[in-house]
Amino acid sequence: MMKTVDARGLSCPEPVLMAREALKSGDKQYIILVDNMTSRENVTRFARSQGYTTTVTEKDGEFTLTLRK
Amino acid sequence: MNNEKTTIIAAGAVIGVIASVLVLLGNPVNMGFCIACFIRDTAGALGLHRAAPVQYIRPEIIGIILGSFCMALLNKEFASKGGSAPMTRFVLGFFVMVGCLMFLGCPFRMIVRLAGGDLNAVLGLVGFFGGVLTGVFFLNKGYSLKRTYRMAAWDGYVLPAVQVIFLILLVAAPAFIFFTEPGGGPAAKHAFWLVSLAAGAVVGALAQRTRLCMAGGLRDIVLFKDYKLILGFVAVFGAALVTNVILGLATGTPYVTFGFAGQPVAHVDGVWNLLGMYLVGFAAILLGGCPLRQLVLSGEGNADSQVTYLGLLVGAAFCHNFGLASSGEGPTANGKIGVVIGICVCLAIACLNTFKKGDK
Repeated sequence: MMKTVDARGLSCPEPVLMAREALKSGDKQYIILVDNMTSRENVTRFARSQGYTTTVTEKDGEFTLTLRK
Repeated sequence: MNNEKTTIIAAGAVIGVIASVLVLLGNPVNMGFCIACFIRDTAGALGLHRAAPVQYIRPEIIGIILGSFCMALLNKEFASKGGSAPMTRFVLGFFVMVGCLMFLGCPFRMIVRLAGGDLNAVLGLVGFFGGVLTGVFFLNKGYSLKRTYRMAAWDGYVLPAVQVIFLILLVAAPAFIFFTEPGGGPAAKHAFWLVSLAAGAVVGALAQRTRLCMAGGLRDIVLFKDYKLILGFVAVFGAALVTNVILGLATGTPYVTFGFAGQPVAHVDGVWNLLGMYLVGFAAILLGGCPLRQLVLSGEGNADSQVTYLGLLVGAAFCHNFGLASSGEGPTANGKIGVVIGICVCLAIACLNTFKKGDK
């Protein structure tokens, strides 16, 4: 089961803080859910700084970010 | 340098030039932009306070909200959202204004004042950074105002619509709207309304695209060593400074004068400049963004930020009705009490929303 962080409805920096907390487990993959563009950009930028690539799918204004190392 | 960083530096530079040019076109010195001062002037124009020198519906504020609104619609980012502790945000907005009017400027004007050589703003910046650090301490401990939710579809349109009404009131100038008499104070100094409106709209649109935020800039450095947002404000400072130097040479009137005493719409009480901006920095982190960012989010349909705007507006009215606002002579005793209360309230809000565990 891939670790999932539900940060929908939260605005930055909280989604990034939650991602940072989750990434401490050192898994190869994570799913992070956000619902605004700013969080999407910020989590993607943070993931890049931690060596993860991010793919994004959007549905009804909600974004599913898949982080892979 | 990546694309996001280049964009925010370019946007910051444009905003800095606009801020300086607005002074040339009539705005008060070192006040091309000030979100706090301009909301305060608007509160005065509406008669919410009766301080005669500071009454004018500032089109820059209208422009920022509508500029962000249009940009968000264009990019399909507009969404009516809210429900993340609105009354707490109202209170925080209120005390952001108390802190701003102690210092005489929002974080944006703090940068503009620095670019005009006003060294009092250095103390403001130190205090602001201290406030940000305090806020970050609580963020790291789990501070949260909980989630936002989708609101009724039209909820997010309310404040942009109100701004259109303000614009009509400004242009129609009915007798019940107050305007500072020529020569009667800072609010008498303003660029032509269409110029101010357009300038605000450009700033609002650029800030929406780039997420420009002074509080967020310092916060992200401390939290994530992420320098994107702060680059925007460094660019604002640099561009405003260079523009001021050029304007000084071109007009023969200095636009940059380094020093503490005699700075326009500023006072020299360092301790209270510092504490005022400490309150602003702390409250801005608890809110998730500085006053400029709150206006931009309001334009994106965020009802919580719209409530924060109301907090700023009511805060401005209280500041002048109860003598909390500083003047060029310095802070008032009431203002000092207001700032101390504000810091205590922020601490209480921070503790209550950090250490009391509940479902996010």
